[in-house]
Amino acid sequence: MAETIKKKFRAAPAPDECKGCGRCVSACPKKLLKLGTKLNFMGVPYAEYAGEGCIGCGACYYSCPEPGAITIYEITED
Amino acid sequence: MSEKIKLGRPGGFFETFERRPGSVKKNMSYCPGCGHGILHKLIAEAIADFGIKDKTTFISPVGCAVFAYYYFDCFGLQVPHGRSAAAATGLTRANPESIIIGYQGDGDLAAIGFNNFLQAANRGENYCVFFVNNAIYGMTGGQMAPTSLIGQKTVTSPYGRNPLSEGYPIKVCEMVSQLQAPIYVERVALTSTKNIMRARMAVRKAIQNNIEKKGFSLVEVLSPCPVNLKMKTDEINKFIDEKMTEYFPLGVYKDESATRTKVERPLPVYDRDAVVKAMYREVECASCVKAPGDSDIFNKELRIKICGFGGQGVLSLGLVMAAMGKEAGFNVSWLPSYGPEMRGGTANCALIVNRTAIGSPIVDSGIDLLIVLNRPSMEKYLPELGDNGILLYDSSTIKEAPAVKPGQQVYALSGSDIAEKYGNLKCANAVMLGALAAILKKKFLSAGDAAAFDQTAFDGFAECFAGKEKIVKMNSEAYKLGQDAMAAELK
Repeated sequence: MAETIKKKFRAAPAPDECKGCGRCVSACPKKLLKLGTKLNFMGVPYAEYAGEGCIGCGACYYSCPEPGAITIYEITED
Repeated sequence: MSEKIKLGRPGGFFETFERRPGSVKKNMSYCPGCGHGILHKLIAEAIADFGIKDKTTFISPVGCAVFAYYYFDCFGLQVPHGRSAAAATGLTRANPESIIIGYQGDGDLAAIGFNNFLQAANRGENYCVFFVNNAIYGMTGGQMAPTSLIGQKTVTSPYGRNPLSEGYPIKVCEMVSQLQAPIYVERVALTSTKNIMRARMAVRKAIQNNIEKKGFSLVEVLSPCPVNLKMKTDEINKFIDEKMTEYFPLGVYKDESATRTKVERPLPVYDRDAVVKAMYREVECASCVKAPGDSDIFNKELRIKICGFGGQGVLSLGLVMAAMGKEAGFNVSWLPSYGPEMRGGTANCALIVNRTAIGSPIVDSGIDLLIVLNRPSMEKYLPELGDNGILLYDSSTIKEAPAVKPGQQVYALSGSDIAEKYGNLKCANAVMLGALAAILKKKFLSAGDAAAFDQTAFDGFAECFAGKEKIVKMNSEAYKLGQDAMAAELK
């Protein structure tokens, strides 16, 4: 039986492009994003990714009003 | 282990927003949590995915999204408040192959530009409109919008919107879907992921319809404005999902995109020669004496200004001179400018005489001939006289000799006094024209032109005062008096 390959993803918020509105935090179905306590150069607390467990659904990406504040990467294990 | 981008900065945006002033070049200028950003992203993604960057025009509205052309990597047009539909109509008619995206807010579309928009929808123009409805005027600071909900408190409705005084929120989708021409009308909301993905499909469908040139598509987007509605992200989503959708139900109101075919309109024709022919007609003049027009001064454009107070015959003198130019086979423009008073205010008219086409009819510098009939006009317009310009003024109203620059020529005649002596002060303008005739004949005109000048002037009077024999006669006599007086002074 073939082994099912589970795809892995990573959400990467860009600290200096985040305005801290928190839309991605409410949008993430896995609750993997949160607004941190550190401030970026615009002076707002920015979104941070928990580090593990992203399913690549794109909810945070599409709910984010900034062009490049969130990028979702697909990870391929070699 | 390797990584590749699954979802990243959409290709429809510029890589960095270099047009944006300031140091922030990667972000858009919207408030945190603004729906504009989300919708921009959906549109930018669609533009990139469909590969239509090089033929798309994005029409920026007036409102928060006014600088959308900073962000979208396609053609951009920024139009006055509410005129998006008019500009889009022109664009789509003149360039049927281009893809036009209208983007309007509730003030732009549902208030000041509503008729423009509705008429364009009714004509089924080939473009798509994204209508951002956030129930409030965002950029100006939270005033009541046409789409503000009943009872909603805003800066200009502090007790809540009362339908008895402010009317009901305008249901744009419902109205447009009743029209025959539009093919696709849908209302979506930028709240939950599900709704945003629905909006994404709607955006793509509207643009797809536009690519296929099927006609008019409208997508109304209920968009969060957390700053002006003073709510947090979750609260504003809840407000839209519960309060706004109650009055503005989401869904497809009309979708005929499957059954409609491509709309093709006749292309507007621009034939330069036909336009020139229609605008600059060759007028054959049978009665008038044909002046040879071989004097040197006619080899360049003549810029003339006549000024005085209202009632002195400033505008009529200009008209007579324009008629003379016309009869002698020139192109002329005559542009009057006067105050609201019928009599007594300042008045002037600008006249351009040229052999070829005349561009702007405005004369505000480099004047070749300035005729001044009163002192305030002298003070105002003398600085506009060109370097080698000729100044002719009425010395009975202007006693001080004007300070002209070297190279400028000055002539004076007491026109009003002569006209008064003749018996009618109103003829002062004709006297001044006679004076001009004397100057031109002596110094500037060729023999042939000089011989034809008087008859051209009489024809000018006859044309301007057609049917008023007495006035034509009076003016012709005053013209002769002025010419004789000036000729005597020049000797």
